[in-house]
Amino acid sequence: MQQIINFVIRNKTSLLFLLLFVISLALTIQSHSYHKSKFINSANFLTGGIYESASGISDYFGLKKQNDILVEENNRLRSQIFNGSDSIGTSFIDSTSFGGRYKMQSARIINNNYAASKNYLTINKGEKNNIKEDLGVITSKGIIGIIDNTSNGYARVLSILNTKSKINAQLKASDQFGSLEWDGKSSEIVQLTDISKFAPVREGDTIVTGGKSSIFPKGIPIGTVYGFELDISGDTYTVDVKLFNDMTNLSHVYIIENLDIEEIKLLENPIDE
Amino acid sequence: MNSLTLHSIFRFFLLILVQVLICNNINFMSSVNPYPYILFILLYPVNNNRTLFIFLSFMLGLFVDIFSDSGGVHAAACVTIAFIRPAVLKFAFGMIYEHQSIKFNNTDFGNRIIYFSILIVIHHFIMFIMEIFNISNIILILQNTLFSSIFTILLCVLISILFSNKQR
Repeated sequence: MQQIINFVIRNKTSLLFLLLFVISLALTIQSHSYHKSKFINSANFLTGGIYESASGISDYFGLKKQNDILVEENNRLRSQIFNGSDSIGTSFIDSTSFGGRYKMQSARIINNNYAASKNYLTINKGEKNNIKEDLGVITSKGIIGIIDNTSNGYARVLSILNTKSKINAQLKASDQFGSLEWDGKSSEIVQLTDISKFAPVREGDTIVTGGKSSIFPKGIPIGTVYGFELDISGDTYTVDVKLFNDMTNLSHVYIIENLDIEEIKLLENPIDE
Repeated sequence: MNSLTLHSIFRFFLLILVQVLICNNINFMSSVNPYPYILFILLYPVNNNRTLFIFLSFMLGLFVDIFSDSGGVHAAACVTIAFIRPAVLKFAFGMIYEHQSIKFNNTDFGNRIIYFSILIVIHHFIMFIMEIFNISNIILILQNTLFSSIFTILLCVLISILFSNKQR
């Protein structure tokens, strides 16, 4: 017993190092699996508060650009009102056109990462505004990501620029769908995998969300085809998609809530027995 | 509480804020960020309680992790360089360190750069391995390590020159 205690006291620095290293390794591994990084995230009272006050200052620098985006969106909505049938493809902001029941809410981005391989954004709405996990986040131009963690006043968004992200997407022209992933290289290009090799893919084609995930409604724009190639097995295309959104300059976002999600989930995973 | 402790606490929080509010958003050439918050570990007084030092380094890394949503990558890298710091000190400064009387302000400039560079490169390498977590992307890991290290070393040397008080 004496020897054990002596051993611990003699090597206390090394043992402490090992302990702390294992803890941080465990946190890292946990953060690499979807829906598990609960403890270490930026959607809490302290970090959210600091980020919010900092973005209150830094928002002024992007004000002109954000104004331009809002004017552009206003313009498009106005033209929809005046010449009704001209713009069917872009009318996703209007919640009645989805076929399902969706609720929209606006929020502001207070922290935006796009340089790492696992990127997250933090927004200034949380549980007190009825924000839950697994709601979709979009801008007027296209999709941003999915909410993966919430606190009382803030929520964290799993960006599409995250190697963990997987979103159902399809070609706008035909209904061939695949899943949208990111290889971690460029903040403008994401990859659409598992598109059948019989699909008519052309450069410049539009990619939209597929509507099979019950998070995003069908038809929200994502980007255009930038290039494509057959993958190793030769059965499916991997398509490089150039995003409509400039992920490096985001401020105002919309949160989409599918009001039928409980019913759909209940139907898809019936209770056993 | 003496002024040295107060100084360390102040530096701890100031460096975290500078890191998460400014340096995490630089994104030079779209992905290169400096990590000058490890100056806290580099310039921590030498002849002090090592257990406390390693624990403080862990907390420093963990705070940065919480802000940048990166799991435990900064914590792991910080703990490692805190653990190997005595060996690197001995390598970079030689005899002065043996006598436990090191003052970073009075050391030779070349020695200081060597000491900074070794610890920063090791820190960044561990951090990027754990962040990317995929050994087939080894080129990307090395590339990120190289560019970020150069950026961080420059910043650290500049900051340490600017804020060194010259009294003997």
